[in-house]
Parts: sequence; structure tokens; C-alpha cells
Amino acid sequence: MADADRGGWEQRSVVRVLPVVQPRKLAKVPFVELADGRLQGVVSSGSNLERVYVSSIVAGTGSYHCSTNNNRPCGGLRGAPCNHLHALADEAVLQYGADRVARYLRVDAGDGVATGAELLGRLGGRHEPMPAAVVFSRFLRHLAYLELPGTTTPVPELHWFPSSRVGC
Amino acid sequence: MLGTQLAELLDGEPAGLAQALELVRGLDAALAHGFARVGEEGARALADLAGALSVTPLGDRVAEAAGKLTAGSVADEHLLALAGARAALLGAGYDALLARLDAVLGRDRLGWQRRPVPAAPPPGAANALAACRSWLRELAITGWRGVDHDLVAAGGQPIEAALAVPGLRRLAVLLDGLAAELRASCPVATMPAVPARRWGDLWARAVLLADNGGLAGSGGGGGDAGEMVSGRLLVLGADVHEHGTAVQAQVHGVLEPAGGGAARLVRASVAAAKVDTIVGPALWRLLPAPTLLRALAEHRSLDVTDLPLHGGDLLWRDDQALVGEPADPFTTARVQLAAAAAAQAPPLDRHPVGIAEPVLLEGYAARTDAGAASFELGGHAVAVDVDRLPACGPLTAELVAASSACLGLVRWEAGRWLVQPLAVRATVKRKVVGVHNGDWAQGPTDPKVVKAEAKAGDAVAVLRERAGRLLRR
Repeated sequence: MADADRGGWEQRSVVRVLPVVQPRKLAKVPFVELADGRLQGVVSSGSNLERVYVSSIVAGTGSYHCSTNNNRPCGGLRGAPCNHLHALADEAVLQYGADRVARYLRVDAGDGVATGAELLGRLGGRHEPMPAAVVFSRFLRHLAYLELPGTTTPVPELHWFPSSRVGC
Repeated sequence: MLGTQLAELLDGEPAGLAQALELVRGLDAALAHGFARVGEEGARALADLAGALSVTPLGDRVAEAAGKLTAGSVADEHLLALAGARAALLGAGYDALLARLDAVLGRDRLGWQRRPVPAAPPPGAANALAACRSWLRELAITGWRGVDHDLVAAGGQPIEAALAVPGLRRLAVLLDGLAAELRASCPVATMPAVPARRWGDLWARAVLLADNGGLAGSGGGGGDAGEMVSGRLLVLGADVHEHGTAVQAQVHGVLEPAGGGAARLVRASVAAAKVDTIVGPALWRLLPAPTLLRALAEHRSLDVTDLPLHGGDLLWRDDQALVGEPADPFTTARVQLAAAAAAQAPPLDRHPVGIAEPVLLEGYAARTDAGAASFELGGHAVAVDVDRLPACGPLTAELVAASSACLGLVRWEAGRWLVQPLAVRATVKRKVVGVHNGDWAQGPTDPKVVKAEAKAGDAVAVLRERAGRLLRR
């Protein structure tokens, strides 16, 4: 953004602060977000329909964790990110774009990071357990949006949020 | 819209608008800095605001708020006074801009029918409103530049509480959209620039919506007040709004009242909650108004019976509407738009961002210059807002560039008028085709898009399956 544009940008009511989220298949990784200083999400178990894994990567330190939603540690974590963390990183790159994920995690992108595996390769962090409940409850809240009834009462505030195909 | 009308519209701006916006800019800068410690500049902005409003009914309250805030005391009533002052300035701007547009278009606008404002917030809302006010106060004290992950996270509980009360949907949807932007911008201190006007707008509207005696009651059913109308609704087009967790389609149309009377410009709204991974044509499937969507997709009129009309807002009840005869929106616009009477927005909803007046433009030259689109008509060019073409419909910037007729909404942003296309007539492969934002309201009609959708899988179904297994445990 040029400086000349910046003044105008600050004085506009409708500017796109969030880039458009790209569509992706949700079956394997139904939930990904950049929140609370982490890339975090929920990965469906490959073997058990009733089980999900909660995976997270902390921005800045690059430390990571993966467990079931009942806090049972993931067996795949053996000194390196497991397959669930790889799936999380891959889907995050699809949803947000590699640049945005790298920036949020404060990973030195250097000459560019294009894939989830490259992102994980540059983390430089270690395994550090954290409770799954924080992320899992955010996932449940996420799902609960789909339970809210629709409305035909106008929401004039949504004029600040036009739908757009820019970036699609 | 004719070339001469365009020339008149683009010629200068309403008197006093720039000064009003300058006062808003000052307040927004103070809000970006935060009221924990009001600096010299902030104190001046607050004093200027109080001075400008001194002769209005808000004068005393704004003067008191400016004094207290400058002295370092931040109470909800003072923030409410500031939000009210800001809404008054922008509401006046809206009135002036719309009056100018109406004069140019020769559009009649019926006066605002004052309705009894609900004295109390909807049932069960008091705690949620208090929690929202508390978060809005923390944001104001901290200022945008000080917002970090913890402060954004503190908004989670109030927003969840507001979402749970149907009557607070407006507030909840607004705060959820703001919170998502703040979350993605954390820590805000590292942003090269802050969207001060935008976040000031959202904050101020939220403060008004979260006040017990203010707009809090206006987000609910509210379907009992207002006049009841029946008649034939001729659809003009759909304006689609969306953020991560909400989607809304506003269908603009012309209502021919049963039993005669002047045609009215109205809009029907339908909104749903969603999640950020549901995007594109799948959005239509979330909207609970199959009859309205069918009329939109098939370009048909609707026969409606006893729908409440608040100003220009038709409170949609899908089971009180029947799909009627085919009706081309371009024909409707050509025949009806000039004579249809528009309505005023409720006073507290007035803000330039809400200006969205249907117009028909024909016989222009579409130009694209370094990504910026415009229509040139009679030697005058008006900017075209191709950023507002929704991804859930078939209308693209390329089609707009190849168009010769456009049904759109006139909008105003940052000192200029824009046209937001709802539909165009364009020449594609030497054939003239009509393409409308709402054409995919019953699912995409383009085989390529259908295939891509099928390949990506049904996001809604996948998430519902997950919700079924994991929720309520």
C-alpha cells in the first residue's frame, strides 16, 4: 500500500481487513483457525469416526502439540510434528494462503514458504503439551453457528461487510 | 439514469459534509489511541465534537462526556453520548447525500413514520447487553492500537451470549465481524495503519445497539409494528453481504400494492449464521426463504399477502408469498423505477454506508483502467464497485466490462459515488445475455461451477455431520 493510499484507506468505512477465505474440503480437517496466538484446529481421526485430534502450533516459539479431544497424547508425536499437524498446516495453507499463515506464526519465510511441510520445517519449536479443551470448545462453538436459526429481520450492519469475489 | 443526471450528481458535494467527516476523523483517531490517557490531540477532537453539537439536543450530554473523558473517567453513558454524536454527524451526512441523489433521480421519498421504540430490551438480554457494553468500554479505553489477543478473546463470551438471544442478532453479528477483524490484526500495534473510520463505525453502532434503551429492541422480531402490505413484488436484484459467521441477501424490488396506490421501492432481507469455510454458491442453501430465492433465480414476480413494511424494509415471511409470472428485472427497472416511491431509513440506522439506491444505467461505455472500472455516460464517468460482486453469483468484473446495461445500487464511499452492479446485459460470444447476482439462488447453473462444487464436497453437510457427533455430549 502506498502512503498516499493509506490516508484514504483509514478514512473508508468499507475496506477489506480480512482476506477472502479459500474453499477447501473439510472432511479431514473440519476446523482451522489463526487465533489466540496459535494456528490451531481439529483433525478427524483416520480410523475412528467418533474421534478427533486437536492440533496446535504456537506463534513465535513454534512449539506444537497434538492430542485427542480427551487429552490423550497423539501417538504420532515422536520428536517431530505428527501427521495431524501436517494435515493442519496443509489445510491452513489452503484456507489462508502460505504467506498469511507464516506471518501469523512469525516463521521466517525467507525465500518463500509454499506448503504446510515447508512451514513445519521452519518452525524450530519443540513439543509442548497444552490442554485440548481450549481449542475443542472453540470448535464446538464454531459448529454451533450452524444451529442458529436464520432471520428475515434486516441486519443493516452487514452493509459494512459486502460479499466479494476479489481474491477468489 | 441519464448522463445529465450523472453530471449533476458528480458535481460537488453537500455543504458541511467535509466538516462533519473531519469531526468524525478526530474522534476516530482518539478511539484508535484509546481513552485511558487522552492526549492533546484527542482532547481537541473531543472539544471540537462537543462544540459542533452544542446547539443540538445532544449538546449537554456530549459536552459532559468530552469533559469527563478528557479528565480520564470512562463511563458507559459518556461512550454512548460519543456514539450518539458520531451517529448524528454521519446521519446528517447520509440525509444530505440521499437528498441530493433523490433530487437528481427525481425520486420521491416518503417521510419516516415514527414508531414506538421498545422501552425495554428483549427478554433475557440484560446480561448479554451488559457484557457487550463492558467489552466495548475496554476497547475504547485501550484503543485500537493497544488491542492484543487477550482483549479480543475477552469478546468471545459477550458475543456468544448475544448470539443466544434472537432479539440481539444485529449486535451479535456486528460484534462478531469486528472481533474477527481485530483477531486477524493482532497485535494491532504492528499494523502499518489502522482502519480507523471502519472500526469507529462498527464500535459506535455497537454501542448504540448495546444500550438498554436504544436500539437493543430493534433487532428482534418486531414484525407486529409498521403497516401491513399485500400486492405484487417485482424483483430488481440481490445485494449480498457476508462475513465469516453471517450471510445476508437483501432483495430489492418494486411493490405494487393490492388495490392500487403508488408503487413502492422495498427490500426483503434474509440472513443466516455460517462459518468461514462455507463460501461461494453454497451460501444460498443457508438462507431460509425458498420462495423468495426461487423468484430471484427464475426472474419471477411474487404475490405477497399481509407482510409488515417498516419504511422500505419488507419483513419477509416466506409462507405468505407465492411465486408468480416471469418478470425481467430490467423491464421492471425501465418501467417502474422512475415512479416508485422510496422510504426513509430509521434515524439511528442512517449512515452513508447504508446508501444503496437501485438505478438503471444504459448506453454507457464500460472502461477498465488499472483495475478500476467505470461507466462513461454523456461524457461523465462514474466508478463501478466491482469489489462488491459476490462470489455466490455469476456476475464478474469481466462481464461488467463487457456490459452495455446495468441494474445497480448507487453507493457513496469516501467522497465519491459508486455503482454496485446487481445485474448486467453483456455481449458474450456475440450474443446479448442478462446476468444477475441472484441467478444461482437455487444452485449454480454453470456446469463448470457445478462440477467444482461437487468436487469440493458439501461443506455444510460435512460440518453438520461433525456437529451431530460432537455437539450435545
